[in-house]
Amino acid sequence: MAQTSAPTLPPLIDPALAQNVLDHALRRGGEMAEIFVEDRSTTGASLDDGRVEELSSGRDRGAGIRVIVGDTTGFAHTADLSENGLRAAAEAAAAVAREGSGGVVTVALGSRQGVSPRAEVLPESVDKAKKIELLLRADSAARASGGAITQVSAGYGDSRRRIMVANSQGTFREDDQIRVRFAITAVASGDAGLQTGSESFARTVGFEAFSTVDVEALAETAARRALTKLNARPAPSGVVPVVLAADGGGVLFHEACGHGLEADAIEKQASVYAGRVGELVASPLVTLVDDGTISGEWGTFVIDDEGHTAQRNVLIENGILTDYMWDWLRARNAGRKGSGNGRRQSYQHLPMVRMTNTFLMPGKDDPKEIVAGTKNGIFVAKLHGGQVNPVNGDFVFGTGEVYLIENGEITEPLRDVNLIGNGPEVLANIDAVGTDFAMVPGSCGKDGQSVPVGCGQATMRLTGITVGGTAA
Amino acid sequence: MSELMDIANGVVSRAKGNEEIEVYVSRGHDTDVTAYDGDIESLSSADSGGVGVRVLLPSPDGARVGTAWAGSLEPHVIDAVLADARDNARFATPDPFMVLAKPDGVVPAEIDLWRDSFASVPTDKKVQLALDLEAAVRSGDPRIRQVEGASYGDASVEMALVSTAGISASARRTTAYLSVMAIAADGEDSQSGGGYSVGRVLDELDPEKPRRDAIERSVRLLGAEKIPTDTYNIVFDPEISSTLLALASSALSGEAVVRGRSFFANRVGESVAAPLVTLVDDPTDARMFSASALDAEGLASRRNVLIEKGVLRGFVYDTVSAARAGTTSTGSAVRGGLASNPGASCRALLLEPGELDQEGILKAVGEGILVTSLTGVHSGVNTISGDFSVGIEGLRFSNGTLGAPLREVTIGSTLQRLLLTITHIGNDLEWLPAMAAGQSIAISSVRVSGR
Repeated sequence: MAQTSAPTLPPLIDPALAQNVLDHALRRGGEMAEIFVEDRSTTGASLDDGRVEELSSGRDRGAGIRVIVGDTTGFAHTADLSENGLRAAAEAAAAVAREGSGGVVTVALGSRQGVSPRAEVLPESVDKAKKIELLLRADSAARASGGAITQVSAGYGDSRRRIMVANSQGTFREDDQIRVRFAITAVASGDAGLQTGSESFARTVGFEAFSTVDVEALAETAARRALTKLNARPAPSGVVPVVLAADGGGVLFHEACGHGLEADAIEKQASVYAGRVGELVASPLVTLVDDGTISGEWGTFVIDDEGHTAQRNVLIENGILTDYMWDWLRARNAGRKGSGNGRRQSYQHLPMVRMTNTFLMPGKDDPKEIVAGTKNGIFVAKLHGGQVNPVNGDFVFGTGEVYLIENGEITEPLRDVNLIGNGPEVLANIDAVGTDFAMVPGSCGKDGQSVPVGCGQATMRLTGITVGGTAA
Repeated sequence: MSELMDIANGVVSRAKGNEEIEVYVSRGHDTDVTAYDGDIESLSSADSGGVGVRVLLPSPDGARVGTAWAGSLEPHVIDAVLADARDNARFATPDPFMVLAKPDGVVPAEIDLWRDSFASVPTDKKVQLALDLEAAVRSGDPRIRQVEGASYGDASVEMALVSTAGISASARRTTAYLSVMAIAADGEDSQSGGGYSVGRVLDELDPEKPRRDAIERSVRLLGAEKIPTDTYNIVFDPEISSTLLALASSALSGEAVVRGRSFFANRVGESVAAPLVTLVDDPTDARMFSASALDAEGLASRRNVLIEKGVLRGFVYDTVSAARAGTTSTGSAVRGGLASNPGASCRALLLEPGELDQEGILKAVGEGILVTSLTGVHSGVNTISGDFSVGIEGLRFSNGTLGAPLREVTIGSTLQRLLLTITHIGNDLEWLPAMAAGQSIAISSVRVSGR
């Protein structure tokens, strides 16, 4: 990734002030104090019903301060970054420290390391008219795809998120995260009612992304999905083999085991994967990785929201569970190092264990052969979000484009459907993994916090999953 | 409160020439405490505030609108927000229907959503409530292995909305909640279940309800298994009905209608639900947790009858969608954030209750499935087509008596069909922290996918 030669910006708050606030936060005792400062600016534009309906700019700036005392975390956040504002927040966060050990605490921060945004073209430097133009082009392309396309909505968004993390253990880090996204949904009308199709694009890069991504092609894909579904018949119900296309999205792994490998769920024994490191938890064809370092992906960053450098973590290797994902608190409790998975939605939230870019490594099967070797089943060309109950491992995910497989061939389109399975059972029943690979962006919600993530996989086949259609 | 009005009035007074401005300002305070394993896991507190501005620039072809927001009430930030909104307006498509709401003479209902005692509740009491709930659930049944967390949270919010079109409105509310998630275990089998209580201040909460619900809901799912793929009669728990009603109501939004995204468009006067269905949206009903005297454009909330004895009577509108449809606002504007353009949505839905409680409905239906939780709602329900396929957990029942638990199965149908095949509506109303009140509902012959 090319780096801009933009001069390093001044820190979000003066390092001496950060140090002073941390000293203040530990005045009543406590094991660790942290200040997380964030300055986020966003631009969003939306088009609907043929009109550019809204261009919106947003700015959110503030700090979250936490004080950790044993197993207890005190937290306060403020939009007031003055010394008085930050000291007041530090006192509120320190209210959980009751031992009143007192005394003067002096925190020593490391020296500042400059950081420049990993973007060639900062979105804030781009004329707003160029952002709008993307929407208009996509709208035209979708409407040109067929007379049955009766409605189109599209959205553009960019964000610049500067963060600074300083803690009483000396951590003093910054990041400057640039993201752009584009999404389009088309509605088609037919005799049997309305159907929708959508497609999206999202990367942790600058506006240069739009010199290579073709918004017309995204629009045509969305329109094609809606049109195809007009003639789709209901999906089957019951257990049938399912082939998932590589570019359909890796949300299966995100749900089937990703959340269950987060150390907060493990620590609370709220995961079916607790206590199973070293055991076979999936088909030997499965090697699962979480990697926050992959250039440009949606879940990528330089440091996590606790100041830990992003890293690559192998979670499952050839079917054997090798490790969980960790944040500062859970790593401390387990007496080990973190893994760069401490993330938060904003300065108003406490960090917790979150995935970054989570993916299944490619295998040895020819993707075409996987379909050809499936006598009867369904082919999922596009997944559409999911949900898991980590406690019993049951998960569901929806589809955005799905077809019937008959005698080894993809035949008729089906209406969207949810698939339901049990994580450990489904992972054990993966019997083919393709040589291809694709990563797609997603938004992951957990305990009311949303963060950008990547999901990836090869084409693969599952044999133990239930298709929730309405056909007999 | 007057301080927020002053801020909003200050911005509106800066309108230049024929531009129109609408300003939304809010300020809040919240506290959250989570107890885990006999200790405080986290204690958070925060003050926050923000401003959202919409600027409309009139032109012969209609107005262009631009929006901007910031999570701060500092004067220089508000200046920047106004400047951004003005600049953004230059890029929108002129729209003859883009207008700000004007006062329509409807007097806001007197609903008291604020408790003066809120500010004087000591933090220690909030902490103790969470700790006590956690301990009570943990010791409440030998099969409870773990409490994932017991939380107390509260918030107070004040807002003011002022516009050059004559709107000058303010509102405030307090909320408090208590929630807990329990994990029950028996051998290798683990199941979870939660419960909560909501009110306007700590003293209005009932800790016994979340304690009892979390234990019962987790324990009764132990041993749950897949059931065979087939067609079953279904009874939804009140919380599930509330979720489904909220989803189906997407089609009752006038905004969805004018944008060609409603499966109810052009069907006013037709039968769209079983004859026992009468559905009303009424944010002035103080029993609703989502009650509110004003909508997101500052107009008075009002009672709107949407479906009467199964017949579609109308839709809910905000100012712009109403203008597009050639009608007037029903006081149903909602806003996604500080600065978005308002949209139209139902806000406080209530189905006219029937005669039976849940037990009575189970007896009347005889045989089927009681659905106690849904998964995959955001990926499995398409509110535009109405297609519907979600995961469920619940209990079998026969001869009206609850039996074996089930899990890892889905139900598939369409929202349209669900409404048409309702056979019973319960009288067991629950005032949930959601857009719709809940009550038990029975549906006939739904496809269930299992083993």
